[in-house]
Amino acid sequence: MSLNYVIAMLLITLGLYCLLFKRNLIKLIIGLSVMTDGIHLFLISMGYRTGGIAPIVTGESTSNLPNFASRAVDPLPQALVLTSIVINICITAMALSLSIYAYRHYGTLDPSKIRRLSE
Amino acid sequence: MEKVQRALALVLVIAVGVFLTLTASSIEPPFGSFPLRQVGTEIETSVGQQYLENAPQQTGAANVVTSIVWGYRGYDTLGESTVLFTAVVGVLMAFRAMRRNE
Amino acid sequence: MTIIVRTTSRLLFPFIFLFGVYIVLHGHLTPGGGFPGGVIIAASVVMLILAYGIERAQQRVSILQAEMLDIIGSATIAVIGILGILLGAYFLQNVFPLGELGKLFSAGNLALLYIGVGLKVTASILLIFYAMLSD
Repeated sequence: MSLNYVIAMLLITLGLYCLLFKRNLIKLIIGLSVMTDGIHLFLISMGYRTGGIAPIVTGESTSNLPNFASRAVDPLPQALVLTSIVINICITAMALSLSIYAYRHYGTLDPSKIRRLSE
Repeated sequence: MEKVQRALALVLVIAVGVFLTLTASSIEPPFGSFPLRQVGTEIETSVGQQYLENAPQQTGAANVVTSIVWGYRGYDTLGESTVLFTAVVGVLMAFRAMRRNE
Repeated sequence: MTIIVRTTSRLLFPFIFLFGVYIVLHGHLTPGGGFPGGVIIAASVVMLILAYGIERAQQRVSILQAEMLDIIGSATIAVIGILGILLGAYFLQNVFPLGELGKLFSAGNLALLYIGVGLKVTASILLIFYAMLSD
């Protein structure tokens, strides 16, 4: 029942609520980004070691490397989340440009009014 | 019908939230036990521990996360650069079509 | 924008630019690397765009020059990868000499790859801002 997992699941639930209940395209994109941030927090806090240090070899750890390897936290989820953050930027940029295109064509940002094929 | 649909959706969101919180706080290795993963009845060590032991001598970088990103998993970073390039091409194409339509 | 915003952004621009270049170049020693460093360099240019307007920024760095920066970053990564095939055994394998642990000239081709990624990310975010603001 640690705090990291509870906050990550709370962020995912908030993103899901925003996706289901709001009626503006920009708010839907914000909800998608909040949900992605909750997933990233969950992945990073899966690799925590109690009383650990960051996985970077500093000045005083250069001499005894096995002691460093038994005290540092997991570096693998951090490297994968780095890639996922950049892909989140690309998805948000494409979604925003498509919503601007839809606004100039239909005159509204309500997704329940953008249903017809040709106007 | 609008009120009934909104009430059902609110119940669904609260149910998903409670289910996720109960599942996340009772997964098998407790919070903070890093190199132990329990698969079946044996306890193995994970790949991250091997990266921590071998990375400073094999790649010569002091930052283990950076040496994973380009040294051990370089193809993922190459694919991500391609996705970034494709997204920029898509945004420029959408705005050029918008200017031509007016 | 008012004169306070213009003067402050013109005074702050070289420091933020230098900080972004420092984060890109020290990617193998401190946390950071190419991706957040490129975003900080692009953010310093966007601060000038918000203070002075988009037309003056496009007179200094046009869309063609930003696209050329993107292509130079991609070509750096590809050239280092093919250099690995010509000299060693695998694509993107390390063929540069490894130095000591903790110095600036260490870690093989890691710093050069991060310079390429930094140029690519800077040009991408700058192009997205140019496309969305010019109308």
